[in-house]
Amino acid sequence: MHKALVIDPGKCTGCKQCEMACSYVKTGEFNVSKSRIRVFDFHTEARFVPYTCTQCAEAWCQQACPVNAITTNADGVKVVNDNLCVGCKVCTIACPFGTVNYNAETKKVIKCDLCLGSPACAEACPTSAITFQDSEQAGFDKMKLWATQAAHAATHEGPNAPVAKG
Amino acid sequence: MDYVVLGAGPAGVTAAETLRSIDKTARITIINGEKEPQPYSRMAIPYYIYGKIEEGGTYLRQTEDHYGKMGIEYRVGRCGGIDSKGHKVHLSGGESIPYDKLLIATGASPIIPPMPGANLPGVHTCWTLNDAREILKHADKGSPVVLVGAGFIGCIILEALYLKGCKITIVEFAPRMVARMMDETAGGMLGRWCQKKGVDVRVSTKVEGIREGSDSPDAKLTVDLSDGTSVPAALVVLAVGVRSNINFLVGSGVETNVGIKVNEYLETTAPDIYAAGDCCEGIDLSTGKPDMLAIQPVAVEHGRIAAQNMAGHPTPHEGSLNMNVLDTMGLISSSFGLWQGAPLGKTAKLIDEDNFKYLKLEFEGDKLIGAQCVGMTDHVGMLRGLIQTGFHLGEWRDKLLEAPERLREAYVAVSQARPNYGPVAPHTNTPVAKAG
Repeated sequence: MHKALVIDPGKCTGCKQCEMACSYVKTGEFNVSKSRIRVFDFHTEARFVPYTCTQCAEAWCQQACPVNAITTNADGVKVVNDNLCVGCKVCTIACPFGTVNYNAETKKVIKCDLCLGSPACAEACPTSAITFQDSEQAGFDKMKLWATQAAHAATHEGPNAPVAKG
Repeated sequence: MDYVVLGAGPAGVTAAETLRSIDKTARITIINGEKEPQPYSRMAIPYYIYGKIEEGGTYLRQTEDHYGKMGIEYRVGRCGGIDSKGHKVHLSGGESIPYDKLLIATGASPIIPPMPGANLPGVHTCWTLNDAREILKHADKGSPVVLVGAGFIGCIILEALYLKGCKITIVEFAPRMVARMMDETAGGMLGRWCQKKGVDVRVSTKVEGIREGSDSPDAKLTVDLSDGTSVPAALVVLAVGVRSNINFLVGSGVETNVGIKVNEYLETTAPDIYAAGDCCEGIDLSTGKPDMLAIQPVAVEHGRIAAQNMAGHPTPHEGSLNMNVLDTMGLISSSFGLWQGAPLGKTAKLIDEDNFKYLKLEFEGDKLIGAQCVGMTDHVGMLRGLIQTGFHLGEWRDKLLEAPERLREAYVAVSQARPNYGPVAPHTNTPVAKAG
């Protein structure tokens, strides 16, 4: 059974511990610019959204690779094989989520590989905004979350909004 | 069922594998027109030229006996013609191979410009693995090389020759580099960058001819240019464009334009014959019209979709997005979709000439339809995501017109929007009913 990163932006405080942990585990440096997970900061809404590779079942990065350097491991994780990657960057434009990036130092591409089983970002997250869970359960929880949010929507807009009385 | 795939590039190989994943018992044969032990990727050739990888590193599939294990028969042969009524492929050795369904994925070949001396020894195209082997014989450190054509492929070869340590002159007929991939600003930046790196860039210049003999001791050839100068060369590389490999289809019932004509199921005009990749005119997602988009990701898409249709799973092809990424001696550029913009569209630009950075976004309404970047690589795939998905950017369109660098934020804001409006339509917004 595959496990996946489940990200709940509502719980994220923007502390960037995940970026620090990722950078340290992957490069040995505390440098958020080298992290494979990124927290987007929406000042005006006071909202933070951690963002990284979703390990697509039909991964476009993998399909676009001309030398088959991106393979799927037993856990369903799309892994870049450094010994095969030629650094052509086609995967970086093929991934519609923009989560495969070129590393000019190593001249290879980098992406999240879920730390091959124990993602440092999830371990570092102090508010459980990032958790590592069974992916089927994760999908169910996500649906439940959206359903609840819709039912208790903060703004009374949209197709499910009650008819305004006045 | 007998499936035959003509051509062993990314389109052909992906198609053969997809056919096998759907049909476990069919006979699948893939025929490579080049005499190579395994299908390889042209994309990897530059890395082979400058020694980053060995020949084996160019192979499309890296596992031992990949095709054998999948039950795909791999063979070498040139196709001389197709008998579409008799369902047979004729190979140039005289052999005929019967098929039930055929995929033509014969790719493209480089154009040899009609100029004197284009066939002299030491003048090569850079398209096949064999071309690369020939180029390696001449491209020594310090040797003078003339590269004809500064398009996308020319620039990729430029990078390899530069890293080999060659002394390069690049000659381009158009007024700028990568004219079919990027605009004047980007092309100009690339040109200045190349000059800074010691490459002699001659744009708006034509090669009048190539002749044997040279004043220079390390060169055997001389290239005469339209600006009146002559440049010595140990090697001349021709990269002026490619054209679909379709000549063998004359009289076969498979109709062609610039490439093979296909419908949305990638079927040709002949029964049971499909086409994929550089040899065919698939739909361009941006225009909805057929076009030859000779790039690796499109070849793979075509190969997969054609195979699904061949195996009886009707899958229409909605279109492929034109996109390119290029590393010109460390300066990385990319372009997506309608990078030229739309007639009534709006444009957002960010130009930093001193630091070789450029970002240009093209909008139609509140959708992104095209983009170009120079010197920017982080999360560039988001540009494809925005264009291909056709996200309505809403208020973010205006934010991007003011500050295009907020692109990544815009992507996340739009694609990961808070699902306030119900699980069925998280991105839908309707006006609030007015009170009273």
